[in-house]
Amino acid sequence: MPKYLILKHYRGGPEPHRSFQPMDQWAAEDVEAHMAFLRHVGEVLRESGEYVDAQALTPTRTWVRYGGPDAAPVTTDGPLPETSDLVAGWYMVDVESYERALEIAAWVSSEPGPGGEPLYEWLDVREIMTH
Amino acid sequence: MVRRGEDFDAAEDALQEALLEALRVWPEHPPRDPRAWLSAVATRRLVDARRADSARLRREEHTSAEPPRPASTEVGDDTLFLLFCCCHPDLAPASQVALTLRAVGGLTTREIADAFYVPEATMAQRISRAKHTLHGRRLDQPGDLAVVLRVLYLIYNAGHGGRVDLAEEAIRLARQLTLVTDEPEARGLLALMLLNHARSPARVDADGRLVPLDRQDRSLWNTREITEGVRVLQSALAAKRPGRYQIEAAIAALHDDAPRAEETDWPQILAWYDDLVALTPDPVHQDPAAVLGRAVAVGHVLGPAAGLRETDRLRGVLDERYRWHAARGYLHELGGDFPAAAEAYAEAAHLATAVPERDHLVRQAARVRARSAMPQ
Repeated sequence: MPKYLILKHYRGGPEPHRSFQPMDQWAAEDVEAHMAFLRHVGEVLRESGEYVDAQALTPTRTWVRYGGPDAAPVTTDGPLPETSDLVAGWYMVDVESYERALEIAAWVSSEPGPGGEPLYEWLDVREIMTH
Repeated sequence: MVRRGEDFDAAEDALQEALLEALRVWPEHPPRDPRAWLSAVATRRLVDARRADSARLRREEHTSAEPPRPASTEVGDDTLFLLFCCCHPDLAPASQVALTLRAVGGLTTREIADAFYVPEATMAQRISRAKHTLHGRRLDQPGDLAVVLRVLYLIYNAGHGGRVDLAEEAIRLARQLTLVTDEPEARGLLALMLLNHARSPARVDADGRLVPLDRQDRSLWNTREITEGVRVLQSALAAKRPGRYQIEAAIAALHDDAPRAEETDWPQILAWYDDLVALTPDPVHQDPAAVLGRAVAVGHVLGPAAGLRETDRLRGVLDERYRWHAARGYLHELGGDFPAAAEAYAEAAHLATAVPERDHLVRQAARVRARSAMPQ
């Protein structure tokens, strides 16, 4: 039973199949419908016995590195290229096959956007290594 | 109880209550036949539970008026029957594995969840869905032993995660199975597990690094398991009905038999691989793992170039799997082509899906790269 991380991004990835406004500019009921759909995905995965984890991340990021001996960690919040990937959250699933992981990801990508139309969002599917 | 047509959940609840009752009663009044006692009390609990359900009363009374089907008193029959239920072909492999460990292995849901690194709720859901799928199915047909064997092998290969050693659990279940069926493949599978498991103390070093077969400290191998594995294999082969588990066990036995890697009887191993690939009409597509294993044996018997030619047959089938690249790395190294070996090992590391294998392959790549840089 391989595990996969299905990653949602704030930005980055292939050219969007359908362009859309950031969610804070959607109609309130569209935002509700979108979030209800994602909750529903979690419920269905729990029901099917495929759920491992689901989390959302804030968009604020801090890059940090070792500062050298006796120096504080060095941080930066930019500047970064506008196109750099920014992960928004994930579902972790434990499934029968790679094909099943793609099927789940494609279903997530059908999430409703403005006007209730599917978003066709690109999702990044990554296999988790076993120990 | 499941054999008599009860569903898993009800039977489990009733047995649980019977066990509690036993804790209370047995210290004072130990039963003569504990199994029969438990079975009788659990059945009574089940009847009580049903009576309480007034909506179903009429149907239940009708059922209990029917003459009871003869219940087998043989423990072995029950084990086999339960294995057939848990490995029902209508269940997905993950459900078969979970239900087998729960209902036959007696592991807790928590232990099974730990072993597969999933939340307990997910495993509980998987088990309850499996029971639900079986609910209402006719379970009085003999099941498919081949599926049971595959499920036990899946459990064996799931390895050593969590607090429970699944490999040992699979061996225990396979041993139980061989007590209740004469099918040589069941013994073949038990032998295969024992002969592979015997090497597990040498498979990882003190720092947790994977040690390949040809570099293992063979004094660490478990001779008791090897002896038992060979004995079980011989009794299976005596039935003259060979199958893939017996053949793979024979190959494992030949590896176990070599006091040093250089003394491995590769011609004999190649002969067994010839038998293995002959089991399927189109081995390249139906059993590519066997073709790959055979290619390594060919490399030892006929030379690395011949072995590499054998792996070429698997292009388009296995060339996106790390094992294919790892085997080619090994054959290139065997032939002294270190740059090609380094490249193959690096590609294998890139494709590996398990951390210990990935780390091992990165080290292999670095090791042969260093050799290729050395002046000849």
